[in-house]
Amino acid sequence: MRTSAVRFDGVSRHYGEVRAVDAVDLDIAEGEFFAMLGPSGSGKTTCLRLIAGFEQPTDGDIVIFGETAQGVPPYKRHVNTVFQDYALFPHLNVLDNVAYGLMIAGKPKRERHAAAEAALELVALPGYGARKPSELSGGQRQRVALARALINEPRVLLLDEPLGALDLKLREQMQDELKDLQRKLGITFIFVTHDQGEALSMADRVAVFNEGKIVQIGKPEDIYYRPEVPFVADFVGSSNVLPPRVVEKMAGQWSHASVRPEAVKLVDAGIGADGLHATVHSTAFIGTATRVSLDLDGFSMVALLPKGARIPDAGEQVHVTWGSEDLHLMDAA
Amino acid sequence: MTDHVLETDRSGGLRGISDALWRNPRLVILLLLTPPALWLGIVYLGSLFALLAQSFFSIDEFSGLIQYEFTLKTYKELFTPTNLDIIIRTVVMSACVTIAAAIVAFPIAYYAARYARGKWKALFYLGVMLPLWSSYLVKVYSWKLILAKEGILNWLFETLHLSWLLNAYLSIPVIGGNSLSVSWTGTFLVFLYVWLPFMILPIQASLERVPRSMTEASGDLGASPRQTFCHVLFPLALPGVIAGSIFTFSLTLGDYIIPQIVGSSRRFIGQAVYAYQGTAGNIPLAAAFAVVPIVIMAFYLWIAKRMGAFDAL
Amino acid sequence: MRSDRAPLGLKIAAGLGLAFMHLPILLIFVYAFTTEDKSYQWPPPGFTTKWFGVTWARPDVWEALSLSVRVAAISTAIALVLGTLCAAAVSRTKFFGREVVSLMVILPIALPGIITGISLRSAFNLADIPFSFWTIVLGHATFCVVVVYNNAVARFRRTSGSLVEASMDLGADGFQTFRYVILPNIATALLAGGMLAFALSFDEVIVTTFTAGQQQTLPIWMLEELVRPRERPVTNVVAMVVVIVTFLPILGAYYLTRGTDTVAGQGK
Repeated sequence: MRTSAVRFDGVSRHYGEVRAVDAVDLDIAEGEFFAMLGPSGSGKTTCLRLIAGFEQPTDGDIVIFGETAQGVPPYKRHVNTVFQDYALFPHLNVLDNVAYGLMIAGKPKRERHAAAEAALELVALPGYGARKPSELSGGQRQRVALARALINEPRVLLLDEPLGALDLKLREQMQDELKDLQRKLGITFIFVTHDQGEALSMADRVAVFNEGKIVQIGKPEDIYYRPEVPFVADFVGSSNVLPPRVVEKMAGQWSHASVRPEAVKLVDAGIGADGLHATVHSTAFIGTATRVSLDLDGFSMVALLPKGARIPDAGEQVHVTWGSEDLHLMDAA
Repeated sequence: MTDHVLETDRSGGLRGISDALWRNPRLVILLLLTPPALWLGIVYLGSLFALLAQSFFSIDEFSGLIQYEFTLKTYKELFTPTNLDIIIRTVVMSACVTIAAAIVAFPIAYYAARYARGKWKALFYLGVMLPLWSSYLVKVYSWKLILAKEGILNWLFETLHLSWLLNAYLSIPVIGGNSLSVSWTGTFLVFLYVWLPFMILPIQASLERVPRSMTEASGDLGASPRQTFCHVLFPLALPGVIAGSIFTFSLTLGDYIIPQIVGSSRRFIGQAVYAYQGTAGNIPLAAAFAVVPIVIMAFYLWIAKRMGAFDAL
Repeated sequence: MRSDRAPLGLKIAAGLGLAFMHLPILLIFVYAFTTEDKSYQWPPPGFTTKWFGVTWARPDVWEALSLSVRVAAISTAIALVLGTLCAAAVSRTKFFGREVVSLMVILPIALPGIITGISLRSAFNLADIPFSFWTIVLGHATFCVVVVYNNAVARFRRTSGSLVEASMDLGADGFQTFRYVILPNIATALLAGGMLAFALSFDEVIVTTFTAGQQQTLPIWMLEELVRPRERPVTNVVAMVVVIVTFLPILGAYYLTRGTDTVAGQGK
């Protein structure tokens, strides 16, 4: 097994009655690209701030490369952060922003400026050093923030929703670049996001947060195809969650189960006798597929029909089926 | 790359102090607050309490010495007809100045907030800021020049052959007098002039906080500009008017220099306080008099707070 | 868009209002050049610049000016330290006494000046402190804190937070963060606050009459001239110079804080 980079041992962070982070256990390996995924207020950002040292755990211990972080201020942790709002120093130009960490470390001007130039090249912004942060676009600021965080050669890089403020196209491009960068540097990336697509496409492993706890942790495929709790099924890619009474009838077990929308097939009501009876509520063309909302007896489902499939009309009666391997049973009933 | 990911060894000097402060955020607050709290607490609040305490002492009528015994006698003295007159006169003057200031200030603030753009906006802003910050005494002095018998205002009335109008106005009892510079009208004008900027700024601030889309929505829903003003803008500007009135009211209430330089011989609260503590040496009565504006302002602030004026400050 | 043009009535009212605020000050400039020295005669019978020379040669004016400048400089320095400390504490975290601190800072300027003045005077009497340069400074610094505080607190609100965290994240301890991040970001706000505090102190008369004893600051000197005029033309010249001198820091403070959330000076 690889070395552990960051470990949480029963870490909690409470603000009075509010349990922002509640008894979290976590082990992130060296060189791993790790995503923390969850809705806002689920505790993922607080976890990141605990690693950076901006917050102190009220309970439990955080271990960074085998040493406890208890009582170690942020400026003594070789962990650097890319902030959500980038937090570039408005009074410094880009070069001095990037070189800030080296200036604090007492490196001579020539040396730190050379290093900063190199870091700007790494993030594809060579020659931008003389500009002020206010003169840059959102994507460029993001790259400067990245270069600044990397200049101290951290062994763990924390990224707090770094792509949140960018538009869709730029976001996809940055996802690829971040992934490449992480492979090139070989350091641990811990990435906080509320966008499941981002987490699944970039991370080696994903931890899904809800209400201060990690509800599932695993590889992207596991999270996507084999959610362990209804929350994950619903939050990650909007799986259909079937209630236990339906699942018992079909699979003989009292538990929730999930079916991916793209696995759902529709059959004309007259033909097949098997499957669930449903009424089409509405349909929407979404580019690569057509999204069909269905009303079943007491719950609703969504089907994604590929190009070429017959699209039913709203109000039409249909039968809903799927392959048995597409039905994923969950432990928590 | 360093061997240790967490630096635990290299402390000492400023870093050591910084570490200690980082671990005790409360200590930081305490250290930051101690000097100003000591200064304001001892110098200012201490003095204020010393003054209030004196208002519960009295003065011996024969020896003129202060008797350091608790008594409400001094407060009772406030309610003699002469002193009550002073208080009522001051409050009425403060109210008149406040209302007039609101009327004069509103169009300026409204124009600056709603119509002035770019260069004009800056000009309006400085046009209010410069009189606000220019010397109080110089401003009073300029009115002494204007209101003097041989001054510009009388000259203007004479040139326009309207002196009869001015004389008719001055013959009105209470607000008139021998000339404008010794009448209450004069005092009122100077008060209005000196405190006007304090009314403009909060009104402008509250009007600027009204998003443009809100007036557009009102117009879109069929309201005429007048209706938009009455039903949307004015209610939203009201906290600003009240915030401004706190300044004009309080400042008029406590001033003793303006009525001394421009006005009749009948006194205002500020003058009474000044006279009692100075030549009369009656510190307890001066202190009790000083409590009057504090009480009035406390009451005023309480009402203003209930009307939401503090958000506009 | 119909709301883009101001109604004529509004234009006239706003214009008259502005004229009302500025004409009296302009009048002072005219009077500084008048040849008449016994009354405030209008229109001036003639114009001369000789009073500038006369004023220049008056030692009492220079003494008053020098005292005012020294008092304002020291009071501003004290107010800068105290106001910045207060603003830093208030913006740093939410602690229970926040509102109390704000109230305490604002109180000296919210209550009528005469109350501050008479309080200080009776406290000096009780404590047997003789009037001196320092009793004036004590009063001035107390009410100057608020202008520095107002400017600093607005800037702190925009500055702190993630910038401070970013600095610490990159290896800077508390002192380095203050030196390299906080100070450069609040510097213009402090400069603006300092200029306004200077102007406030330079102009103050009400509190000063109670704390000055026999010494004369420039406003006290002016007050004497207003109550018992001796040489009117000299007063005119001094008044004009005071107007010009106080305008400069106000303009400076305005340009320093232009384009930020809160422009300096609203909290006088």
